[in-house]
Amino acid sequence: MNLSRKWLREFVSVDADDKEFAETMTLSGSKVETTEDLGAEISNVVVGRLLSMERHPDSDHMWVCQVDAGQSEPIQIVTGAWNIHPGDLMPVALHKSTLPGGVKIQKGKLRGVVSNGMFCGLSELGLDERDFPYAAITPAAILGDYKPLDKEKPSIPADIQPGHKIYGPVVAAKVMACKPLGNGTFHVTVDLGSSAAETDTICPNIHADDLVAYNTKDNAICTLTDLHAQQAEFPHCIPDGIFVLREEDIAPGDDIKPIIGADDHVVEFEITPNRPDCLSVIGLAREVSATYDVPMNIHTPVVQGGGNGTLMELLDVETPDPELCPRYTARMVRNVKIAPSPKWMRERLRSMGVRPINNIVDITNYVMLEYGQPMHAFDYRYVKGGKIIVRRAKDGEELTTLDGNVRKLNSSMLVIADDERAVGLAGIMGGENSEIVDDTVDVVFESANFNGTAIRKAALALGMRTEASAKFEKGLDPMNTLPAVDRACELVELLGAGEVLDGVIDILNYVPQEHTIRMDPDRVNALLGTNIPAVDMYQYLERVNIVTKEKDFPNGPADVVIPSWRADVVGIADLAEEVARFYGYNNIPCTLMRGQTTLGGYSPEETLERRLGSLCRAMGYDEIITYSFISPTCYNKIRWPQDDARRQSFKILNPLGEDTSIMRTTVLPSMLDILTRNYNYRNQNVKLYEVGRIYLSGGEDGLANEQKVLSMGAYGSDMDFYALKGAVEAILDDLRAENVQFAAPAVPNPSYHPGRCAEVFVGGRRIGVLGQIHPLVAQNYGVDAEFYCAELDFSQLMAAQGADPEYVPLPKFPAVTRDLALVCDESVTVGALENCITANGGSLLRKVTFFDVYRGKGIDEGKKSVAFSLELRSDDKTLSDEDIAPVISKVLGALEEQLHAVLR
Amino acid sequence: MKEQLESIRRQALDAVAAAADPAQLEELRVRFLGKKGELTAVLKQMGKLSAEERPVMGQIANDVRAAIESAMETAKKELVAKALEQRLLNEALDVTVPGTEAKIGHRHPMYIALDEIKEIFIGMGFTVLDGPEVELAELNFDRLNAEEGHPSRDWSDTFYFDTDSRVMLRSQTSPMQVRAMDTMELPIRIIAPGRVYRKDEVDATHSPMFHQVEGMVIDKNVTMADLKGTLNTVVEQLYGKGTKTRFRPHHFPFTEPSCEMDVQCHKCGGVGCPTCKGEGWIELLGAGMIHPRVLEMSGIDPNEYSGWAFGIGLERTAMRRFKIADLRLIFENDVRFLEQF
Repeated sequence: MNLSRKWLREFVSVDADDKEFAETMTLSGSKVETTEDLGAEISNVVVGRLLSMERHPDSDHMWVCQVDAGQSEPIQIVTGAWNIHPGDLMPVALHKSTLPGGVKIQKGKLRGVVSNGMFCGLSELGLDERDFPYAAITPAAILGDYKPLDKEKPSIPADIQPGHKIYGPVVAAKVMACKPLGNGTFHVTVDLGSSAAETDTICPNIHADDLVAYNTKDNAICTLTDLHAQQAEFPHCIPDGIFVLREEDIAPGDDIKPIIGADDHVVEFEITPNRPDCLSVIGLAREVSATYDVPMNIHTPVVQGGGNGTLMELLDVETPDPELCPRYTARMVRNVKIAPSPKWMRERLRSMGVRPINNIVDITNYVMLEYGQPMHAFDYRYVKGGKIIVRRAKDGEELTTLDGNVRKLNSSMLVIADDERAVGLAGIMGGENSEIVDDTVDVVFESANFNGTAIRKAALALGMRTEASAKFEKGLDPMNTLPAVDRACELVELLGAGEVLDGVIDILNYVPQEHTIRMDPDRVNALLGTNIPAVDMYQYLERVNIVTKEKDFPNGPADVVIPSWRADVVGIADLAEEVARFYGYNNIPCTLMRGQTTLGGYSPEETLERRLGSLCRAMGYDEIITYSFISPTCYNKIRWPQDDARRQSFKILNPLGEDTSIMRTTVLPSMLDILTRNYNYRNQNVKLYEVGRIYLSGGEDGLANEQKVLSMGAYGSDMDFYALKGAVEAILDDLRAENVQFAAPAVPNPSYHPGRCAEVFVGGRRIGVLGQIHPLVAQNYGVDAEFYCAELDFSQLMAAQGADPEYVPLPKFPAVTRDLALVCDESVTVGALENCITANGGSLLRKVTFFDVYRGKGIDEGKKSVAFSLELRSDDKTLSDEDIAPVISKVLGALEEQLHAVLR
Repeated sequence: MKEQLESIRRQALDAVAAAADPAQLEELRVRFLGKKGELTAVLKQMGKLSAEERPVMGQIANDVRAAIESAMETAKKELVAKALEQRLLNEALDVTVPGTEAKIGHRHPMYIALDEIKEIFIGMGFTVLDGPEVELAELNFDRLNAEEGHPSRDWSDTFYFDTDSRVMLRSQTSPMQVRAMDTMELPIRIIAPGRVYRKDEVDATHSPMFHQVEGMVIDKNVTMADLKGTLNTVVEQLYGKGTKTRFRPHHFPFTEPSCEMDVQCHKCGGVGCPTCKGEGWIELLGAGMIHPRVLEMSGIDPNEYSGWAFGIGLERTAMRRFKIADLRLIFENDVRFLEQF
């Protein structure tokens, strides 16, 4: 919400500079986002009067001007603009001046002639034609400026003379004199060769001696459009030029800033949704008045009325859906004269970011800004039957709104209709069929209160959130409709824009009630932790119009009356906030918590999560954070079958995009994305981990069953299957998991290399999977590297944690080591050999360590040699060869019998 | 014989002094003191001596042997020391050659910031809670006093899984307040960090998924002064003792009074600079006294109990903590970024 400080000053007077104002308002709860001095960039720009102008001796398009800029002597300025005439007042950027956009003006020479500044056009001052509609320029076609598009075939001969025909009734004419009439028109005398003529024109770029095109039939000087000419053919006859001022009471030397409204400061507030009353100048003025504890000038609109006719005869309003329209207030204005609104009004609208249109529309916008009450103006001609019906739309009913779009409506939406059809979308936007136009004669001003939820839903459904709907949806004060419509009528009279009819149509579909709540100073102090005297509290409340009915400020609990615009104040906590705001949040003391002590700490899950993180990092894995939502195509990329049940994902109905539209049921695509990104960045030897969530169906209340997964991923010269397996083994070892088994999956996992993938089991329960990513999956991610990933189920890891360690006495007797090199078929796995050794080693065998596998010379084709180191130890004695021999022979016997593995 | 012995002594001592390594010493030991050595050879002639001379000569012979042995012992020690010195010299390394890399992984900077916050609160007796991200709108909104019609419930702001707007991705960690109130015994002191989701396009300061930490205290006689005191303590631990803060009134549906807490800009010290957009203060978190309606909806009597709650954005905290300029870096997971922390 923008606030013009000039406008604010009408209601409350505060001298603070912008910074101090912003800070003070912010600390009382009206957060200031930005402040802007509208004229900060403009300096040393004054009004100048053009005294005389001569053509530049060395240029065919520039003028050398003498200007009265309020100094003792005229100054000389060279300009290329053609729309000025002696006597004109215009903005002059003097030597060492600044303009918007950081432009600096210095004196200098233009083609050898000294220029002591610059005349300004609208754009150079940061304005456009909407701010000063009268400054629009319609250029005439000056024949001396003609540049034929085809040099060989000029449409107008270079040697054309006055009276020569150009086409049809259009002839060349020489300007004898051009006299500005002061209202944007010029009286021009032309020489037509054999005769002379006089005419008025709005083209400002005409000067004596210019050759122009003259339409002898219409008796008019031709514009480019009249000649069907292109801009390029008349490069200097442009609809742009110097801003020739037509303001009253200005004189050479006057500072330009107040004249163009650049002397205002605009403060932008962040208004929280609970305070729709602050979306207005008056609402913010109340806050300023309360914050600075200075009185507020309350203006009560006064309408003269007396327009011809009786409102009740001309207009009838019905509200068949009272719950959607708590209040409907309307007045009528007749014999309206549509015109631009006065400068002060345009300036105010502009300072608040609203584009001026015409007096009636501007008045509705002005009142909306000032009172926060959206207003609408209808052209009475198009209110058929003089009847306004505020009703639900019919399903399928259509209305073309002011923005030119055809809206298809349904019965949840409220329309303003006449006897026959909808003429507006209640609280959102008017209809094109009843729009205020240039020849509008009679106007109906609507100032209504609509149900916020209904407006919000309709605006949302139609995708058209407007300034009005944004206000209504927050819930506006129904008491505001009457003063607002009166204010609009007052402004109509002030601007002389029409005749206001006596009387108001005011339909109340609710019973206004005084809202009182019990104020209890002790409870407020208890909530805030303060000792604010009760009397002070009532004083603070009075600043925001929350008053007691008692004569003096009470010293204890009392009922207080809440103003109608403060629907957000409903209980003691709200009163506490109002007190705290003006007592000052920063004056509330800082204390530490008392009361029963509580034991803080991590849950077992969190403890494990932290432990897993530490382990991964200890092994060189960096932590990553990935999005929980993925694209459905990710399941294709990791080669899950189309009918895979795991594709059943929570689907976001309104995602930002396809890429983030479903909740992942696997962490693999997220890890692969990040590995790929790092690979593409040419980062080498990357190891990553994340404890991430997957979102499965079947949670409570229709929610997700959210499971955590330890996701690990790596690539690089130091990575292979066994490096990843080693990391997983180290984690399980640290968790003291018992009976850890790795096995090739019974059914190949489509995401992993069919020969380099293992499932992990602890005590027979599946913990997860690890392995090399299938080359086809890697291909889907656009990489040709070997990616290694592990996905370990967090809840299974939780369950796999072993008991706390218990001390085992250190061995008293030395261990004996025997190495066995076993030759077996390729198909026999190391795991099978190891299991066989362990199973047959008896109590003396303490440890089996695989250390080598060999194929090649000395070993038959289809066979391999696998080497293990066996550690044997007794707790009772030092083992002798006699003790060991039977163990080894039993192991070898079993190996040969069960696996056909023999000693090499 | 005496001359012979003295001669052996001289020869032996000279030879020992000249020995260059332990092997030569051993040779000398064999030559002079061995079973077939020179000293033994002389002593074999002892039988030829008279009974008077024998002890005298014996004494001399013993002296000679002792002298040689002692000289040899000394020489050996010196030689060993010398040999060690030489070995160490040969083993000398260029200590400026880099060590063998022991790669240790890095904690994500956002979790570093979260860990700091967690530790501070755990120290104050808070329990860390975890909860669902796919959440009921009832808990995310209704139970937090953000009723039907609250703008944050719009489909343009929040992700939904069903057309009834019943199941959604939580837009804040605040539903954990409700979950805590529904399941825990009073008094309650919890923090609940986690992922939250809002319909924001990705840019330098926005992400559709980000992280918050929710905190809540409910007890008898809990005041806004406690809220200020506790949060000030936390900020001092996070940003250093003496860090200036300020509290501004604000609005959240589930707290009243509500506030936002700013810290004084570390860059300009409050004067105003581009970092703080000229304000001198940087917004840190939102907080407030738990709204009486919210307590009531969870069956807690607001006349008996009061509480406060806060919510802090983690990404912004981490970004401020490590001066990270762009939020996208957090989720990009480029190891060149990750390994800076």
